[in-house]
Amino acid sequence: MSLYHVQKLLFGLNNDAALRDRWATDRAALLADAALEASERAALESGDVAALYAMGVHPLLLAPFAGRCGLAWPDYLATLAAVEQTSGIPDPR
Amino acid sequence: MPLVFAAALNHAPGITGRRDNATPAQRDVFFGACARLRERLEAARAEALVVVSPEHWTNFFLSAMPAFCVGRGESHWGPVEDEPFLKIPRTRVPGAPALADAIAEVAAEHLDLAYSEELRLDHGVMVPLHLLVPAMGLPVVPIIINCLAQPLPHMARCWTLGEALRRACDARAERIGLVCAGGLSHWPATPRSGKLNVPWDRDVVDAVLAHDRARLLAYRDDDIVREAGPGGHEIRAWAVLAGATEGLGGELLCFEPIPAYAVTGAVLDMRVAA
Ligand SMILES: [Fe+2]
Repeated sequence: MSLYHVQKLLFGLNNDAALRDRWATDRAALLADAALEASERAALESGDVAALYAMGVHPLLLAPFAGRCGLAWPDYLATLAAVEQTSGIPDPR
Repeated sequence: MPLVFAAALNHAPGITGRRDNATPAQRDVFFGACARLRERLEAARAEALVVVSPEHWTNFFLSAMPAFCVGRGESHWGPVEDEPFLKIPRTRVPGAPALADAIAEVAAEHLDLAYSEELRLDHGVMVPLHLLVPAMGLPVVPIIINCLAQPLPHMARCWTLGEALRRACDARAERIGLVCAGGLSHWPATPRSGKLNVPWDRDVVDAVLAHDRARLLAYRDDDIVREAGPGGHEIRAWAVLAGATEGLGGELLCFEPIPAYAVTGAVLDMRVAA
C-alpha cells in the first residue's frame, strides 16, 4: 500500500493547475512516475472512487477528484455508502 | 490599541454555496445574526482582522503539516474553490505581514508557529470574510490550524494560541479584530454529510462562552470523531477564541441547526471592551 502517494497525487490535482494539465494530456506517464502499486494506479486512472475510498483516501481529497471524474454529488455519496455497506467505514484519519 | 472585536462562527461552504437550501426561518436567524455581528465589527472600527481557520488540504499535505501556520503574505488569493460551488468571487485579500510577525514573535515564548508568505484562502476563511467584510478591504492575517491529519495539535495548545493572540494584539498600535471560524459536529464529504449532533455542539459553545479551559481540554480525539465526526476536530478554532477572551462576556447571537448547510449555525460575539 502506498496510500500516501495516492493521496499526494490527489492533493496535487486539487491544488496545482500545472499538474492538472499533465493529468489531462500525459496521464499514463504521470501515473508511471508516481510510487504507486498497480491497483492504485488502475483506480486513479479509471476514476474508481469506490476503490479509492475503500483503500482509505480522505473524503476531502476524494470529493473534488470525484467531481472532476464527472460524478455528481448524490452519486458520489451513494458510491461511498455502497463501500461502507460491504466493508465498513474506512478508518477516518 | 488592544483587541477590539472577537467572535466565532461557522465557515461551511453551504452557507454561501447552497444558501437557498435552508428554510426561510433558518436563513433569517442565521444571516440576521451574521449581519448583527458585522455591524459590531464595523462599530469596533477594526483596522485588521486575524482569522483562525482549519486546514482542508488547501495549503498543506502530509509532506509537511504544521500544527499552526500564520500567513504573513502581502496579500492572500482566494477562494480556491470554483465560483459556482462557493458563490464567492475570486479576489486578493490584503495581508498584514507586520501584524503576522508580531503574533509569531509574541507566541514564540510558548508556541512555535509555522509561517507562510503564500497561504491560499479556501471557504474556511472566505465564507466568514464574505459575511463580515464582503468588500474584502480589511487587511487579514490568516492562521491555519491542522484539524485534519493526525496527530493534531492538543486543545491546550489552541487555548495557548488564543492567549498569545490576545497578548500580541494588545501590544499593537492598530485596532484588531479576531474571527475564529470553526465547524462543530459534521461529517464532511461522506454519506453522513448533513448529520448533526446538536447537544454536542451546544456543549462546545457553552464551554467556550464560559471560558471553561478544563472542559475544553477534556475533548479527546477519539471521542470527537465518534460523537461529532471528523469535522468535529474543528472545535480547535473555538478553543482559540476561548483562550483569547478569558474574562470577557460573550453573547450567543445564533444557535440554529441547519442540516442543509451541514452545520449548526452558531455565531458567538465575545464583547471586547475597547
Ligand atoms: Fe472546515
